[in-house]
Amino acid sequence: MDARALLRNGLVDRNPGFVQLLGLCPLLAMSNSVANALGLGLATLAVLLASNAVASLAGPFLPREVRLAVFVLVIAAAVTAVELSMAAWWPGLHASLGIFLPLIVTNCLVLARAESFASRETLPRALLDGLAMGLGFLLALLALGASRELLGRGSLGADLHLLLGAQFEGRGWQAFPESRGLLIALLPPGAFVLLGLMLALGNARAAAPGRVPDRPKPEPAPVPGAPT
Amino acid sequence: MASRGAEPAARRALRAAAVLAAVAVAAVALVSVVHDRAQPRIEASRRAQQLAGLTAVLGELTYDNDPLTDTLLLRDPELLGADQPLVAHRVRHAGATVAVLLNVVAPDGYAGPIRLLVAVDGAGRVLGVRVLEHRETPGLGDVIEERRSDWIHGFDGRSLGDPPAGRWEVSRDGGDFDQFTGATVTPRAIVRAVRKALTYAERHRDELFAAAPSPTP
Repeated sequence: MDARALLRNGLVDRNPGFVQLLGLCPLLAMSNSVANALGLGLATLAVLLASNAVASLAGPFLPREVRLAVFVLVIAAAVTAVELSMAAWWPGLHASLGIFLPLIVTNCLVLARAESFASRETLPRALLDGLAMGLGFLLALLALGASRELLGRGSLGADLHLLLGAQFEGRGWQAFPESRGLLIALLPPGAFVLLGLMLALGNARAAAPGRVPDRPKPEPAPVPGAPT
Repeated sequence: MASRGAEPAARRALRAAAVLAAVAVAAVALVSVVHDRAQPRIEASRRAQQLAGLTAVLGELTYDNDPLTDTLLLRDPELLGADQPLVAHRVRHAGATVAVLLNVVAPDGYAGPIRLLVAVDGAGRVLGVRVLEHRETPGLGDVIEERRSDWIHGFDGRSLGDPPAGRWEVSRDGGDFDQFTGATVTPRAIVRAVRKALTYAERHRDELFAAAPSPTP
């Protein structure tokens, strides 16, 4: 796989959110606004880059017995570092993401990429894969986050000041008054329904007549028993 | 054979343990460095946030102490709504206590307890109420948040005699406070919690507003 195929893999063909359905819990819980989606997506991306880099560099030297344990340690350290930094520099976003920030540790996307890809690849390819998968997850979060915020609150990016600083307060786009919003879009059932619609759309596109199925064979299943 | 096989196995286990230990040390080192960098900022922003939260309920009131450190621990499961002691803050001006900020809990919210901050002045009047933490339904119960509506300002200036005792309820229960469409449980819980907080402040006025530094009630 060349670099373009790697990128395409993470962003489209094997998108963690929409195709592999990995990390569904944070995907559904934190996609209630653009700001939350962006915050969690960037945090996950940072962790993926760090863990893939370490897995690629250290992978060949790790005894088989402790390889998984080492990856878990590295991921836990990276997540803790990201969480502390976010608490210090983006306290509003940190409060808004709440428990789902430390829970990136349990996102099996991260461990799966480290174990099944990065540990057998060179550093540049591992980093590229982390970037592609992280961006793919961010994309899924953003698609859900934008549609839920728009339907539920009539706005786009209304909370972005949590991420960008107080001078962006009230700079989001308001399509219609918040009171006219479709409440269910903000609640967990709305997240399921919208994700289902997006998956259906993707499947319809893939199954369109005249289209040659080009979906690659599934990679080995992620680590069994790893929670999402 | 057995003895020759055992040696490499033991060596292998030791090597694995050593690698794991080294990674653990490196991970702890990384986290502690980040922690040392981040901690002062986390502390400062938490303090700023707390202070902003406290002063938001005080409105125009002038004071000259640090309410964050001038605290009391109050315990009253019946009137304050929690089994464990809750922190209250004294607000002073020129030595006299001009207001008390009570942390109270409305235990009967629609989706669990709601944490409130109620500011009461020496005359038993509400200076302001804010919801600190709740899990009410977005779009229905969260009208209690100040950034969503000014419903919570309906308590400003009220006291136990205003409205009279029987009317400290939401209007569905024959009281003076509005509920909102689709949600009665949430405002009812808050109206009752504020009323109980005022009752507490009245019963313990001497201790709360005493001029002497932090007597224990």
